[in-house]
Amino acid sequence: MEQDWIWGLVGGLMIGAAAALYLLVNGRIMGASGILGGLVDGSGRNSARERGAFLLGLVVVPPMLVPLYRQVDTHITTNGWLIVAAGLLVGVGTRLANGCTSGHGVCGISRFSLRGVVATVFYLLGGGIALVIGRHLLGVV
Amino acid sequence: MRNLSAFLSGGLFGAGLLIAGMVDTVKVQGWLDVFGNWDPQLAFVLGGAVLPMIIVWRLAARRELSLLGSPMPKRFPPVVDRELVLGSLLFGAGWGIAGLCPGPALGSLTFGGWGGVLFVLSMVAGMALTPSLRPILKRLGRGSNLALQAEAPEVLR
Repeated sequence: MEQDWIWGLVGGLMIGAAAALYLLVNGRIMGASGILGGLVDGSGRNSARERGAFLLGLVVVPPMLVPLYRQVDTHITTNGWLIVAAGLLVGVGTRLANGCTSGHGVCGISRFSLRGVVATVFYLLGGGIALVIGRHLLGVV
Repeated sequence: MRNLSAFLSGGLFGAGLLIAGMVDTVKVQGWLDVFGNWDPQLAFVLGGAVLPMIIVWRLAARRELSLLGSPMPKRFPPVVDRELVLGSLLFGAGWGIAGLCPGPALGSLTFGGWGGVLFVLSMVAGMALTPSLRPILKRLGRGSNLALQAEAPEVLR
């Protein structure tokens, strides 16, 4: 659609505002994989309630907006094996790298963090390679 | 208070992801697919999120404590190691295959169908497995002299 970039910018500003709120009020970096991963492996036990509250907001607020918004379909593949493989890769990769698109991307780049910039370069590279192989060579993605 | 602001931040994050189109896997793959029919929308999402945060980090640097009195997050030492590079490559590959990264996967959990639920379960399993994978990776890497320890240039410190 023609105006998609405006929605991208508006949504992006909201994501930035959410990261600003979490940083200035709670003193924490808003990274989705870190907030969830700390609960999964127990490393974030001391801040479990705060993490839980963040994740609850993330899970329950978007469906409230769905009726107002045209986007309701995630168009995710119906190939269960691909989904499992991708989920495992995302889970392991974000924990090894200690961050994902929100922590390394949004919060890291804006802090001019070397690790954030390097991580972003390599996950974009990983995504590009996955599409070259999976879509253009194998035709499965 | 901490939990309320965390809830609001999570909600605002999720709403932003939805409006920006980050929960649409086809759109995300269209952006990552630089050799195909490239869709630039998500560059606006990242830009829109990063620009205000540059100013916010400047404000944060002047404070010792957050508004609720907890210490501001410390900087990691600017060291690029094997786990950062390999982990990011693996994460990116998974992101490209399914079109979901952790935030949008959680944000679309209630309306993303069985595929979205399966993705989140697999992601959680991967996170739970990682602590036991670390020592194996270390052992594999010991023989190689691929030492990826880089010092940061001045601007990134």
